[in-house]
Amino acid sequence: MTAATDARAGRTSMPNALKSGHLPRWTELWILLGSAVLVGLIFIPLNYNLAGGLIVMALLYLVAIGVISRVVENRRQAIDRIVRALVTIAFILAMIPLVSTLWTVIANGIGQMNWSFVSQTGGSVFNPETLEVTQEPGALQAIVGTLIITGIAAVISIPIGILTAVWLTEYSRPGHAVRRIITFLVDVMTGIPSIVAGLFAFSLFALIVGPKAFSGFSAAIALCVLMIPTVVRSSEEMIRLVPNELREASYALGVTKYHTIIKVVLRTAFAGLVTGVVLAVARVIGETAPIFIAASFTDNFNANPFEGPMQTLPVLAYTGYKFPTTNPEASLQSAWGAALLLVLLVIVFNLIARIVARYFAPKTRR
Amino acid sequence: MTDSTAVDTSAPGVSPDRNANGGAPRNSGGTTGAGKAPSKVGDIAFKGISTLAAWLIMAILAGVAIFLILKALPAITANWSQNSELNEGPTAGWANFWAYSGPLIFGTLWSSLLALLMGAPVAIGIALFISHYAPRRVAGVLGYLVDLLAAVPSIVFGLWGIFVLRDFLKPLNDFLNSTLGWFPLFAGTQQGDGSNVISGTGSTILAGAMVLAVMILPIITSISREIFLQTPALHEEAALALGATRWEMIRLAVLPYARSGIVSATLLGLGRALGETMAIAMIVSPGLLYSFKLLTDGENPQTIAANIAVNFPIAGDLQRDALIGTGLMLFVISFAVNFIARWIVARTAPDARRRTRSRKVKTA
Repeated sequence: MTAATDARAGRTSMPNALKSGHLPRWTELWILLGSAVLVGLIFIPLNYNLAGGLIVMALLYLVAIGVISRVVENRRQAIDRIVRALVTIAFILAMIPLVSTLWTVIANGIGQMNWSFVSQTGGSVFNPETLEVTQEPGALQAIVGTLIITGIAAVISIPIGILTAVWLTEYSRPGHAVRRIITFLVDVMTGIPSIVAGLFAFSLFALIVGPKAFSGFSAAIALCVLMIPTVVRSSEEMIRLVPNELREASYALGVTKYHTIIKVVLRTAFAGLVTGVVLAVARVIGETAPIFIAASFTDNFNANPFEGPMQTLPVLAYTGYKFPTTNPEASLQSAWGAALLLVLLVIVFNLIARIVARYFAPKTRR
Repeated sequence: MTDSTAVDTSAPGVSPDRNANGGAPRNSGGTTGAGKAPSKVGDIAFKGISTLAAWLIMAILAGVAIFLILKALPAITANWSQNSELNEGPTAGWANFWAYSGPLIFGTLWSSLLALLMGAPVAIGIALFISHYAPRRVAGVLGYLVDLLAAVPSIVFGLWGIFVLRDFLKPLNDFLNSTLGWFPLFAGTQQGDGSNVISGTGSTILAGAMVLAVMILPIITSISREIFLQTPALHEEAALALGATRWEMIRLAVLPYARSGIVSATLLGLGRALGETMAIAMIVSPGLLYSFKLLTDGENPQTIAANIAVNFPIAGDLQRDALIGTGLMLFVISFAVNFIARWIVARTAPDARRRTRSRKVKTA
């Protein structure tokens, strides 16, 4: 008897999850608006900075939602809502630099975006009549350099990367020691600092050619070290996606292994391979440090990758800021222009990769 | 996409071999032997080429180490106090190579650690947001947005750090120094009159590390997101069925499952931070010293990568060798960090285990 009443009393004192209070659906939004208004009322008259206001607003929201949920619901729900708010804030926090960076580059670089910037070689120009040195805007030497260096790196890395992926997926036995080691080394290689790749290329050419061994080809070798592992990883993943039935059907027809790989496996995975390669190119095209070390920098137009320093877009963006000429303002302007061109290039490559992935993907149907 | 990758991992490696071994004798024994002969040669050649490519990976990695050592050796073994070239320019004033690289190694580790402290919690929060909080339909787009951060070239982040972030952080610097200035981390440079001045330009290690934190976000987020998504659905559903809130479900089912993955993702982020060059080289105004102060000009430790980038163009031959020697140190450190991270991944989530897990999710 007493035990039963005790149990009932215990039951009533314990909040029932199904019956206990629940905040209305849009409460979180209202609290957010409330804290925004409150912060606005306090901060705008004080003319305080926006960032501080947003931080206080976030804190206010966290406290409010925690307290309200604690009172209406229970402690567990309150923690849940606070964590939900925290992870959302984390995401917004990451978007701020992305938006801010892109906005800064576009706002500063858009003034440079005209045909002459893209089509002429920039640098200091000496006018013998007025004896003045003027700064000519222009990025042609950097655009050509970027395309040549990245092109050479791609031509070397793509075959090596895809063939390695073919060996890993088609030829090596699973669990084989060499396969495990190579997979592992490829993973570790993706983490090589880019500047170390540049130093490697410089050392290689300095020991072979001589101390002043700056060249576009040397920079391309540095980029290869960075590019090969990413190509291997993406190609391996794509080749693994090829259904095994296709291989078996090919073997059943008596087709040899390398014909199967070339005509069936690689052709099926083609779209994925192209996507991976394009993304790898987009990744190395923005590398500054290795090119800066291996190819140095110059204002002259140089389209010969085997001779002399070569300018590239990322290095132009760096040197324009770091080593300004007689006209620092113009140098900085061309740095921003180069940065914007670089971002545009990267975006174009990413778009190409996505388009290829989307429109050429269902090859398996054929 | 990730799931299907993991599932499909199962077969391809195994059966082609089996098929080829079974098929080859039949081919050679067949009546069309003459027709098959060239393709057999092609077969062997193709196998040879791809095997060569795979071994080339090892050769390249070994080559990186060997050439760095060869080039750096003269500077490492040189007597720095007697050597006239090493006594001037960027390498002036150090007793030997190890004394020179000491503060650089410290600076590299310190700035990466700061970046990790700021970046890793945010990155893991984002990964949780995308995998477990955001609506399914937009989760892919949000993930793509975070990956976009990885596509922005480091030089662009460097310019952004100089022209936007430095000024943006100045009020924070002042606030930290005035309220927490007694704490050594936030102290300024000691002036002659006993006052205490923080950076006026904002070229602090704090700003540099913050840019580093932004740059390592995408790698930590994408790896931990992938692992969060691999949590067995049964575990999650069991937790929810017991009345757990979403956070409790994550704490009970997701985080324990993903713990080693989070550790290795963080280590990979650390590896990325160690080697970042341009952002630090452009933003931070450094000195070759051991200092924990966050808010000063010139009392910031220099990192290996930034030191190389800044001094390489002006260095003489032997000084360059010294810089390459510090690059070798960076290579060893980041190799070790990546090695440990990948080792944790390989040990805790081998292909086989991941495969059965995701298959279970599919069938569940």
